[in-house]
Amino acid sequence: MSAVMVEEGMKGAPLLSVRGVETFYGKIQALRGIDIDVYEGEIVTMIGANGAGKSTLMMTICGNPQARNGQVIYRGEDITRLPTHTIMAKSIAQSPEGRRIFGRMTVMENLQMGALLQDEAYFDDDLRQVFELFPRLRERQGQRGGTLSGGEQQMLAIGRALMSRPRLLLLDEPSLGLAPLIVKQIFDAIRELNQSQGLTVFLVEQNAFHALRLAHRGYVMVNGAITMSGTGRELLAREEVRSAYLEGGAH
Amino acid sequence: MEYFLQQLINGITLGSIYGLIAIGYTMVYGIIGMINFAHGEIFMIGSFIALTAFLVLASLGITFLPLVLLIILIVAMGFTALWGWSIERVAYRPLRGSFRLAPLITAIGMSIFLQNFVQVTQGARIKPLPPQITGGVTLLSSSDGIVVQLSTMQMIIIVTTVVLMAGFTTVINRTSLGRQQRACEQDQKMAALLGVNVDRTISLTFVMGAGLAAVAGIMYLLYYGVIDFYIGFLAGVKAFTAAVLGGIGSLPGAMLGGLAIGLIETFWSGYFSVEYKDVAAFSILAIVLIFMPSGLLGRPEVEKV
Repeated sequence: MSAVMVEEGMKGAPLLSVRGVETFYGKIQALRGIDIDVYEGEIVTMIGANGAGKSTLMMTICGNPQARNGQVIYRGEDITRLPTHTIMAKSIAQSPEGRRIFGRMTVMENLQMGALLQDEAYFDDDLRQVFELFPRLRERQGQRGGTLSGGEQQMLAIGRALMSRPRLLLLDEPSLGLAPLIVKQIFDAIRELNQSQGLTVFLVEQNAFHALRLAHRGYVMVNGAITMSGTGRELLAREEVRSAYLEGGAH
Repeated sequence: MEYFLQQLINGITLGSIYGLIAIGYTMVYGIIGMINFAHGEIFMIGSFIALTAFLVLASLGITFLPLVLLIILIVAMGFTALWGWSIERVAYRPLRGSFRLAPLITAIGMSIFLQNFVQVTQGARIKPLPPQITGGVTLLSSSDGIVVQLSTMQMIIIVTTVVLMAGFTTVINRTSLGRQQRACEQDQKMAALLGVNVDRTISLTFVMGAGLAAVAGIMYLLYYGVIDFYIGFLAGVKAFTAAVLGGIGSLPGAMLGGLAIGLIETFWSGYFSVEYKDVAAFSILAIVLIFMPSGLLGRPEVEKV
């Protein structure tokens, strides 16, 4: 942890700061005191096995479920106890686990839903940008979300999140269930957004190899707790990470 | 032929009223997956508010009919919507996330409460209203004396229903509010992640459904001229049947179902027997559900994930 802190010290206050967050589902504790920081302009990834609590952390940041203990601080404001729709209005967007496309709405309507919190004046511009990033969505704009392929749905989920002009984009397993070529496309798009627009991205992944190569920094989560952190390169080099998450996974 | 046409007109009129109530059932079911059994009572309360407004306006000496109708429409829709909102807030919202039967039981309780509330406060006797809108046009008259009449009241009911349904469909399909409602219907968690205030959207759904039920209540009052605290029960059951017949959760389904139930009832009464009109309506429902379990325009439960 200390190495990371030194590096972060230069960047001022973090955009997102999670402090000692504990989340429960009934009596079951899913998160056991999580501390993470995400700074403006970074891509930060959280890797971990199935059921480690990665998605729970993503949803806890968005207030559903709310953390029982600890704090979520966004741009200096404690957002831990705010309702989800209020949190999302603070320029955070999430492309959640399982994509959650509105299957009975068209691609265009899904994107309109994404732009709900944004001034209508930006709509056309933002739409063009999303279509430039994912040209496939332009072709499919009149089609129902439920009829898209998995990759297209993932593009739509990210596009929808981008329509709200977020400062912080939360991506939950964008590579899940997708062919390697599509995964590459999506990761390229994330890198592009980060480099050209300075979008801050917090990415949760099982696909550790790709995620750590893409990210500036990473955390490893095991059973609801952070066990390691460091730059993407550092983590990739570590034996524990390689054996636990990269065995045969570097495809 | 003349007789058939007359029954057709009567059936469409009745179906319009059912359809307007059915929308309230289907929308609430669509968004929170619960049958709001108190919705029939909302309709009844709507017609009581309309009657009260009539009497108040009459005592104030306001008798210019179009103005009276406009004021009553606004007052009844407004107050009934408030009832709908309050019921959701008081009786249903605290139970959201509870086990599935809880809101259903509460809805039945709410229905009984509202019936008794109106009975106690308004009295159990029927309340008559002298015909306000008379006249009409004779469309056809045959040599043997059977005439086909379209009364002014029927015209008003049918036109109002068509306008309301068209407007309503536009709101749901074309506006941001409608998109938010459909989003909540499909995935509340995701809707919240996009900034939709889910609780507010659900409240609005109740408000809209109650507003339409109020219009149906006004129509019922003007068309039949008598109301009592119990009219909500049968009208509610019929409208619920209409919603299920059309495919619960489907907006065009509710409209079609309402029309179908109205026509079935009217034709059965016209050609067979008045006593068994309810049996006819419910039998057709049973038969349709056997062959099309999700209703005429409903979508199957299983969805591609």
